[in-house]
Amino acid sequence: MELSQRVEIPLGLVQVWQSLNDPVILKQCLPGCEVFEPIGDSEFNFTLLAKVGPVKARFKGEIKLVDVNPPSSYTLTGAGKGGVAGFVKGFATVRLEEKTEETVTVMTYSVKANVGGKLAQLGARLVFGAARKMANEFFTNFVRVICNDPDGKLEIKLETVKDV
Amino acid sequence: MVQQSIGERVLRKEDLRFITGKGNYTDDINLPGQAYACFVRSPVAHASINSLDISAAAGADGVIAVLTGQQVAEDNLGSLPCGWMVHSKDGSEMKQPFHPVLATDKINYVGEPVAVVVAETYLAAKNASELVEVDYEEIEAVVDISSAQSAADIYPEVPGNTVYQWELGEKADTEKAISQAAHVTRISLTNNRLIPNAIEPRAAIADYNTGTQDLTLYTTSQNPGLARLILTAFVQIAPEHKLRIIAPDVGGGFGSKIFVYSEETALAWASMKLGIPIKWTAERSESFLADAHGRDHVTEVELAMDDEGHFLGLHVKTIANMGAYLSTFASAVPTYLYGTLLAGQYKTPNIYVEVDAVVTNTAPVDAYRGAGRPEAAYLLERIVEIAAREMNLDPVEIRRRNFIQPADFPYQTPVALEYDSGDYEASLNKALEMADYAGFAERKEEAASRGNKRGIGFSCYIEACGLAPSQVAGSLGAGVGLWESGEVRVNPTGTVTVLTGSHSHGQGHETTFAQLVASKFGISVDDVEVVHGDTGKLDFGMGTYGSRSLAVGGSALSKAADKVIAKGKKIAAHMLESDVENIDFEDGEFKVRESNQSKTFQEIAFAAYVPHDYPLEELEPGLSEKAFYDPENFTFPAGAHICEVEIDPDTGVVDIVKFTAVDDFGTIINPMIVEGQVHGGIAQGIGQALLEQCVYDETGQLLTGSYMDYCMPRADDLPNFDVGMTCTPCTHNPVGAKGCGEAGAIGSPPAVINAITDALGVMEIEMPATSERVWRAMQQAGGA
Repeated sequence: MELSQRVEIPLGLVQVWQSLNDPVILKQCLPGCEVFEPIGDSEFNFTLLAKVGPVKARFKGEIKLVDVNPPSSYTLTGAGKGGVAGFVKGFATVRLEEKTEETVTVMTYSVKANVGGKLAQLGARLVFGAARKMANEFFTNFVRVICNDPDGKLEIKLETVKDV
Repeated sequence: MVQQSIGERVLRKEDLRFITGKGNYTDDINLPGQAYACFVRSPVAHASINSLDISAAAGADGVIAVLTGQQVAEDNLGSLPCGWMVHSKDGSEMKQPFHPVLATDKINYVGEPVAVVVAETYLAAKNASELVEVDYEEIEAVVDISSAQSAADIYPEVPGNTVYQWELGEKADTEKAISQAAHVTRISLTNNRLIPNAIEPRAAIADYNTGTQDLTLYTTSQNPGLARLILTAFVQIAPEHKLRIIAPDVGGGFGSKIFVYSEETALAWASMKLGIPIKWTAERSESFLADAHGRDHVTEVELAMDDEGHFLGLHVKTIANMGAYLSTFASAVPTYLYGTLLAGQYKTPNIYVEVDAVVTNTAPVDAYRGAGRPEAAYLLERIVEIAAREMNLDPVEIRRRNFIQPADFPYQTPVALEYDSGDYEASLNKALEMADYAGFAERKEEAASRGNKRGIGFSCYIEACGLAPSQVAGSLGAGVGLWESGEVRVNPTGTVTVLTGSHSHGQGHETTFAQLVASKFGISVDDVEVVHGDTGKLDFGMGTYGSRSLAVGGSALSKAADKVIAKGKKIAAHMLESDVENIDFEDGEFKVRESNQSKTFQEIAFAAYVPHDYPLEELEPGLSEKAFYDPENFTFPAGAHICEVEIDPDTGVVDIVKFTAVDDFGTIINPMIVEGQVHGGIAQGIGQALLEQCVYDETGQLLTGSYMDYCMPRADDLPNFDVGMTCTPCTHNPVGAKGCGEAGAIGSPPAVINAITDALGVMEIEMPATSERVWRAMQQAGGA
């Protein structure tokens, strides 16, 4: 699965970048995330409870930041094991660009994921649907959290660039 | 006396227990003190195992033991063998990777068993299996068969991932025929990979008695005798006389239960190691992952013709997927059961076939209902149909022009086989009449008036069954003989117990074989009991696959029954004070010729066991005979299938509105059972043609691992089948039977695809022809 989307955030680039590197914010925004803690400079442990179609499992794994170019882009690569449910592997590249006239940052991200084991056998197509939903939720949450918009007043438009 | 003889529609004796819940399947069996096994399976397709930590699992509640591939290796168990040695063109032997019972240091497909957890309950075993920690270091998987030969080697012992490069036929003559022909039709096609899906998953209980040192394995096998031979002689689990294999009621096999798999073998070994009975029943997910799959070929074909559509040469190049290991029969399927069938029903003078078998990081692929013959029939009947369209010939006419004629038998094909008998035109003519081919144009027009596209497709298939003459099989690399054993025990009261090395897992042998023997003796079918599936009761036998049971196993019984009759005549001659030459046996009575003196079959049986008036000085008491029958040749069932479809142009949904099958199976014992076999075969063939497709992604993950994604045919996908028969008896076995178990699955897929392409006015569409594919084909053809 590959999904690429773009969203405009009414904040400055540096502020968005800092939030993207804040494990507390990341944990808060990731649906089902129970643990997200640093284990090094650019590595995190995570535990995430996910329900995909007939499979409900707790995924544990590590996420690493690579190709970090502050304050404009990085790539998250990670893998999580869900016991007999199988595993998820993937990466997300996030790129930030500031619009020149206004204090608006354009965030473009692309997510690629592979699943294995029971997750693949019992409904890869459900998994990818769920992964899209999770990506949507994460980035929507992220914008709301960093814009301090808990009531959802801000109109957030995720513009899809690629979805295969 | 109720006599139900050959040719009567006797209701199946076994069905009472099946439909009243009184069957005895492996999972119904429970032994005192049995433990349960759960296998730890790899979630990745290709990896080295860096480490395997069983400590948490071994300490979990209820766990008795956790056994690993390392322990299997320490106990020196052999590789699970492939029974047929196939040689490449250059004379070299096929390359076989070692097939471990449990993986030791490397994983080669998703679902490969790595360890087995034995516990007091299945739940405890399953829970603990999740605690086994395996560190896999992934290696890039080889999945696509077309590029497998240029990918990195999976095994150092299989260079180029190529198991063999086999050929059959005359290359130069065939190439010459093609280069000089007036017309050459060329196609590429895929024979889609299938998952067998027997209704009963595989199951086993291994029971090692530490006192007697006997090992009993209850298991879902189509051939318990062969399984015992493999487990003892090759894998070396136990000495042959100490291993008893019982295959009780088995709920369908379709080939998938021929093979000796890791799980049953591991269970037998574990029971010996732990000294307790251990049970395992596959979950459906495990069946998807680890039952041997079927088909999976990519093929290029060329058919050369003169300007009147007479076939001059056929060239076939196939790549066949073996999966990660060579399963029990795997190497024979795309060679001896495929290349040898490429003459079909036609007098093609020059045929050349090349088959490259490749390994990939997918589950092993082996025989599945038809095994090689559906692949052969598919390519042949597709290219014949396309050739007819290219030559502007009626598809019926092009077949008629090329048929082997009744006067040509025995007919030697250019691809090794000698057909003994057949009348292909008779079957086709009967099918045309039953299908009302003459009225098709009108039906097509009427469908068009409703906005639907109607098409008709033909398939004139042949298969080679009755496996197999042992010496031919041996010369082709078979590791075993392919005769069958049979025993006819007449009891003192004149009822009969029949023992056969064949195995019934849905075929109705308990009725068919009873009918065969009852008709021999002129007694009631109810007085004949058929025993099968237990090596502790039976002589060594080869089991059931390749539509061989009646042709080979039935012939053994027929010969044993003849021996009983011969002995009965001697007893009767003594009792009736006549010469044995003057005794005739008919309608259940031994009669002195041209007299009114006779003894019934029951009287003779009683005399044999209570030998008061009996020629003891020249004849042993008792009336029980056995026979081993080795066939002289294969048998050649053949027939004509006609499929008529209607397609909704808005949705691409294919509705099979009419399906006609006329088959020549030689002598038929029970037409009802034969029709049932044909119905089931056609249903599976339609499943392949329209619905079924096993899919692995590029990393070797199985994406069709449940019925959500693997579509099986259901009743509403199928029409009522019109089934008819013609008969040219097999010339070389005493029953005259050719075999009927696989025909439906062999003949039907090309008929369905030919009908769909006819309806759409396109030449090609791949199987499965799902509504999406059909709709896309219509858009491309601009015909929606």
